[in-house]
Amino acid sequence: MRSPALLALEDGSVFRGRAFGATGESFGEAVFNTAMSGYQEVLTDPSYAGQIVAMTSPHQGNYGTNDLDPESGRVRVAGLAVREASRRASSWRAERTLAEELSASGVVGIEGIDTRRLTLRLRERGAMRCGVSTEDLEPASLVERVRSIPGMEGADLARTVTTGEPFEAAELVGPASTLAGKVFRVAAYDFGMKRTILRLLAAAGCEITVLPAQTPASDVLGGGFDGVFLSNGPGDPAATRYGIEAAQALLGEVPVFGICLGHQLLGLALGGRTYKMKFGHRGANQPVKDLRTGRVEITSHNHGFAVDPGSLGDRVELTHRNLNDGTLEGLRCRDVPAFGVQFHPEAAPGPHDSRSLFGEFRALMGAA
Amino acid sequence: MPRRTDIERILVIGSGPIVIGQACEFDYSGTQACKVLRSEGFHVSLVNSNPATIMTDPEFADRTYIEPLTPESVLGVIRREKPDVILPTLGGQTGLNVAVALAESGELDRLGVGLIGASLEAIHRAEDRSGFKRAMIEAGLPVPIAGIAHEVDEALAVAAEVGYPVIVRPSFMLGGGGSGFAHDPDALRTLAARSLADGPAHEVLVEESVAGWKEFELEVMRDGADNAVIICSIENVDPMGVHTGDSITVAPQQTLTDREYQDMRDAALACIRAIGVETGGSNIQFAVNPRDGRQVLIEMNPRVSRSSALASKATGFPIAKIAALLAVGYRLDEITNDITGETPAAFEPTLDYVVVKIPRFAFEKFSEADPTLTTTMKSVGEVMAIGRTFKEALGKAWRSMERDGFDLGWMGPPARDASAEAPAGLLELLRIPSERRLHLVELALVEGDSVDDIAAASGIDAWFVDQIAEVVEEARSLEARPLETLSAEELFEAKRLGSSDRRIGELTGASEGEVRARRTALGITPVYKTVDTCGGEFPARTPYHYSAYEEESEVRPAERPRVVILGAGPNRIGQGIEFDYACVHAAYALRDAGYEAVMVNSSPETVSTDYDTSSRLYFEPLSAEDVLAICEVEEPTGVIVQLGGQTPLELAPMLEAAGFPVLGTRPEAIDLAEDRGKFAALCAELQIPAPPHGEARDLEEAREAASRIGYPVVVRPSYVLGGRAMEIVYGEDELERFVRTAAEASPDHPVLIDRFLEGAIELDVDAVSDGTDVFVGAVMEHIEEAGVHSGDSSCAIPPATLSDDELDEVERITSALARRLEVRGLMNLQLAVKDERIWVLEANPRASRTVPFVSKATGVPLAKVATLVLLGRTIEELVAEGVLPVDPTHYRHLPYTCVKAAVLPFGRFPGVDTVLGPEMRSTGEVMGIDADSGSALAKALVAAGATLPAAGTVFVSVANRDKRAIALPARRLSEMGFRLLATRGTAGVLRRAGIPVTAVDKVSEGTPNVADLIRGGKIDLVINTPFGRGPRTDGYHIRTAAAQAGIPCITTLPGVMAALRGIEALRTAPEEPVSIQEYHDLAEVGEVRM
Ligand SMILES: Nc1ncnc2c1ncn2[C@@H]1O[C@H](COP(=O)(O)OP(=O)(O)O)[C@@H](O)[C@H]1O
Ligand SMILES: Nc1ncnc2c1ncn2[C@@H]1O[C@H](COP(=O)(O)OP(=O)(O)O)[C@@H](O)[C@H]1O
Ligand SMILES: [Mg+2]
Ligand SMILES: [Mg+2]
Repeated sequence: MRSPALLALEDGSVFRGRAFGATGESFGEAVFNTAMSGYQEVLTDPSYAGQIVAMTSPHQGNYGTNDLDPESGRVRVAGLAVREASRRASSWRAERTLAEELSASGVVGIEGIDTRRLTLRLRERGAMRCGVSTEDLEPASLVERVRSIPGMEGADLARTVTTGEPFEAAELVGPASTLAGKVFRVAAYDFGMKRTILRLLAAAGCEITVLPAQTPASDVLGGGFDGVFLSNGPGDPAATRYGIEAAQALLGEVPVFGICLGHQLLGLALGGRTYKMKFGHRGANQPVKDLRTGRVEITSHNHGFAVDPGSLGDRVELTHRNLNDGTLEGLRCRDVPAFGVQFHPEAAPGPHDSRSLFGEFRALMGAA
Repeated sequence: MPRRTDIERILVIGSGPIVIGQACEFDYSGTQACKVLRSEGFHVSLVNSNPATIMTDPEFADRTYIEPLTPESVLGVIRREKPDVILPTLGGQTGLNVAVALAESGELDRLGVGLIGASLEAIHRAEDRSGFKRAMIEAGLPVPIAGIAHEVDEALAVAAEVGYPVIVRPSFMLGGGGSGFAHDPDALRTLAARSLADGPAHEVLVEESVAGWKEFELEVMRDGADNAVIICSIENVDPMGVHTGDSITVAPQQTLTDREYQDMRDAALACIRAIGVETGGSNIQFAVNPRDGRQVLIEMNPRVSRSSALASKATGFPIAKIAALLAVGYRLDEITNDITGETPAAFEPTLDYVVVKIPRFAFEKFSEADPTLTTTMKSVGEVMAIGRTFKEALGKAWRSMERDGFDLGWMGPPARDASAEAPAGLLELLRIPSERRLHLVELALVEGDSVDDIAAASGIDAWFVDQIAEVVEEARSLEARPLETLSAEELFEAKRLGSSDRRIGELTGASEGEVRARRTALGITPVYKTVDTCGGEFPARTPYHYSAYEEESEVRPAERPRVVILGAGPNRIGQGIEFDYACVHAAYALRDAGYEAVMVNSSPETVSTDYDTSSRLYFEPLSAEDVLAICEVEEPTGVIVQLGGQTPLELAPMLEAAGFPVLGTRPEAIDLAEDRGKFAALCAELQIPAPPHGEARDLEEAREAASRIGYPVVVRPSYVLGGRAMEIVYGEDELERFVRTAAEASPDHPVLIDRFLEGAIELDVDAVSDGTDVFVGAVMEHIEEAGVHSGDSSCAIPPATLSDDELDEVERITSALARRLEVRGLMNLQLAVKDERIWVLEANPRASRTVPFVSKATGVPLAKVATLVLLGRTIEELVAEGVLPVDPTHYRHLPYTCVKAAVLPFGRFPGVDTVLGPEMRSTGEVMGIDADSGSALAKALVAAGATLPAAGTVFVSVANRDKRAIALPARRLSEMGFRLLATRGTAGVLRRAGIPVTAVDKVSEGTPNVADLIRGGKIDLVINTPFGRGPRTDGYHIRTAAAQAGIPCITTLPGVMAALRGIEALRTAPEEPVSIQEYHDLAEVGEVRM
């Protein structure tokens, strides 16, 4: 039998399971993700920094992990909670098992817990502070320590995951495609950017320079870029001041496209307000309606904050809405070329229904 | 785009009788569709020939026609009902094919009737295998290399290009009928010839074989605004080459990376768009090369399917219901997800559990059939189980199979036997897929073969093999350790891996009860989770539960008293949809009466497992362990065991012992009726004639008993359903073999021997008793003589030839037995009339196969009545309230005739003799109803697929005892212009009677012979009564040739007489069809005649 592990929530709930991956302990915000495949993309998505992710789908690790699917250079979640981690990686694409992947990244995992109970707890009481430990197996003590960590509200985490230096995306994902004609030069603010976004921008004919999160807008405006991309990323958007300021300065000067945190920063720059959701949206099955066409797209989500649609003025057109709970999922400026979506059109993991948005960005740059 | 306003009247086409490849999942989908369309205010007309369906109950459509599903008869319904549109995508392949035939003939256009759901073009593109290929290639979607052939030579030419091995598949066929692999030109020649002849389009696809690849299915829905979603992914544990209907399958898919899965999703959406299915559900199958991930599309079904029923149950997303709404114009985002009650149906369900489906076969009933699993579907039913992990779900699925040695699953004796027969080793055996494949996997693991070797030999993904390896390792860790030494953690872990109490008991040398006691003492009991479509993201309103060994239970406290209904488990021959029908009625009746109806069942094909049917649904195995656990949680006021067939009856004593009251007839009475010795004594006590009876534990005793009773005798095992291993024995020389088979079928009990009442008329009776009064639903008179299992024979209401005196006597016997057995609820009786006497063959104090037929025929809802009686209502009250007719002999005076006919699966099992006998082999039934009894018969036969010829050539060959009697029908056939052929003996008799006849050779007499003529399509009807059985007789060759050629073959004299009346009816112009609602109105009027 593998060694025991304990997961504790700030409300005092505890879950006993077995350790897998690295030993030790880890604290963060507990969230659940309902995607049935794509755990490797989830683990490596920098937006999950500071979070302990529970996967609702019971079997994880079935097809192992490989070198092609990660969304960033390493595992980013603070911890992983699953019902069962497969001991065998069965896929022609597999390089190692899930447990090996976590161990190599020094990330703590817990398996064998009633993840549905955990999910229902988070649904009812909202995302909570959480700890996973293979060392402190004493419930009272772990709960106590969980209660002492800071929450996600007010947390500026993008600075912890962004690139240290600017770099050309071509190094990572190959050159921009020329199939669509003209190649556009795009500056991408990296608040925790997923690689698939870079891939799809490149495929849409964008030559991308990836910039650190705190790059001043003035640097960009002098750089001869055709457009600016604001990436996804972790943390509270309202606490990401530098991002909001950059967005404000860029609006109207150059076409802007934001995804997830990038969308929230855009909303804040436009004078809107963001709020923390009870437990957020994380999964690959969320229905989003494109209010302009009436079409429903099944989309990939990972966000705990959202833009309050009532806080946005007439300057902004609301373009996408979540059909499950009405959350604002997309907006567009009426007066300047800028738009953003709360969900992840790049998917990875998840359905490809909304990939045409990268083409829209291209069209916006072409028209500017 | 809300509901269409340009249509008012909709015709729904059902799927007809239960056959292999098309079972009661289409009752589930059709019932859902009818319900929702009516609630939307449409006028719904329904046509279906299957009386055992819920959908054909009068309250589910405005007008219901129980008519054959042929283009001609459906056209009659259309002419009368004048629908605006037909919804053809919910009635399986049968419904679709009828709609296509009508559309193609131009009749629908002429009558101004449209198709909704899928257009003719879309159906063609999907169903015609070459059209499908073309459409896929044009859309840039990958398919296996293939070509179309209409001739054998063409097939050979295609194969030469594609390269061997190839797979041959006919277009427009159901359940892989007529398909197969060919490894060389010789094999292809035979296969192609057969497939070309079999398929309705006489067209086959010759395709590159991808046998051994992984097989997947996606269930897709699309609305009129082109929104499309995937409802469920299903992964087949068995590789390509085993029909998905015969494969063990898992939902959701387990072994594809997200990239691979999304590529498949993209291809599925592109496929449904390219085919142009406008609205509704489609099933799309894929093959994936496990070595490099190459994906190819195999086929798409542009309709609701077996898999979509499974997907609905697996996800909680009601595909058929939503498909019906989309077909009338709604968009996915305009429909609410019933389960959450808040979110829209435009989403993709996510599962936080694993679903396993295992098919159930019936090879033991078809001893000559090849039990290898191939591309032709052979299973007769399936179970589904839900667990938090694959292992847990798999363990529960084995338990749900209700088969000894299977439910134990791991390391059970059957697998051991199989390995003993495998000199080449287990790995060799694993290359040939069979019913026992997973047991063999387990055994190979025990024997030390590696996961990789097993995966390579079986084509089963290593992930699944490794999951089984975990269970094997767990079993090893428990083996031979006393139960008391297991810690709570160890026991919990074993339960989490899906091990049954019985299995743990076997490993630790304890009884099932001891394991349960120990487990409960340690606080290890299952919790119940909820199927909610969303992985817990939103609260679920529907209490659709499954058990798991976890920490938190989600069962909500009940507001009203609860009654548990135990379902019938997987469909099998002898216990099918008819029992589900009764359970569904019980649920409705309980809810109406103010109870919470708690349904427990394990078959995904059923209406009973629709979360809409009951107040609470537990998708669980019907094993003692699982049923007790539910009762402990629900604390019901009673449990209904008499409606689900034999399965729940067997649980009755255990439930009572645990303190859960069984409603209705006492378990002891059940035993009294089941135990034939006790029952014989009881009949003697009541002075009711019963065939002389004896019991034997070995051959010597059997010889003695048989000679005391007098030959011929019926030999059978105790405690079996559907006449399992039952035989008629004419002399001592035959006795030995049959006694041995019977002893094997039920080894712990004696073999039963009864006098065989030769040439007797058989009767079936269904009645309800409240302990005082008995209401006889109907007496049914069989067309075939006693000796043909009641499930396989045809029968009529009202009884055709019995006098009122005889019927009075039958009713008297029924009442006497019901009172003596203290029956409360339903009872079924089988009797035989011979030598002016009425004999009791058996009494079953439970619902029977014929309950739905009786209800359809008479308009009296027997199952509902029985449920009300179980709740304490009396027959007298129910008569006073008008639930039961005032006239106790109501069924005798119906101003029309209803005929039930059985449907047999011989076409699926080449080489199996088609002679009917006391062992039941039919999979389903149909009903013909008409004011004229001949027409009712003809309709039943046509609906059963025995398309009688109105003219042509009839071949006659009968046993000596039938030679005299055959002259009359033969003369009539000749007079009607049929040409008669006969074997020499029969020909001589006919000639002497002055009937023109041509003699032909028997198979044993050389070629060309009768079998050649049948194969050559020269014969339209075969009449052959058996003399002697076994695979070498001439009769066997004749009958199997007819079965293969799809020519009707009648094997009993009464059957011949019936067919004759049917043919006569066929030759007159058909009357306008009449709906069941109208018939029932007539039946009430008939009531005044007392
Ligand atoms: N090219 C092929 N190579 C190997 N097996 C195949 C191939 N095509 C189909 N099969 C197998 O045959 C089965 C039946 O074929 P399918 O096209 O699905 O017919 P059906 O209409 O009976 O469902 C499939 O489930 C699959 O296992
Ligand atoms: N003594 C008998 N004489 C003639 N036929 C019999 C006799 N016993 C049984 N049969 C025939 O065998 C069939 C099956 O027997 P039954 O007792 O009804 O078994 P089951 O429990 O399988 O329904 C009956 O429907 C009837 O046709
Ligand atoms: Mg198929
Ligand atoms: Mg019987």
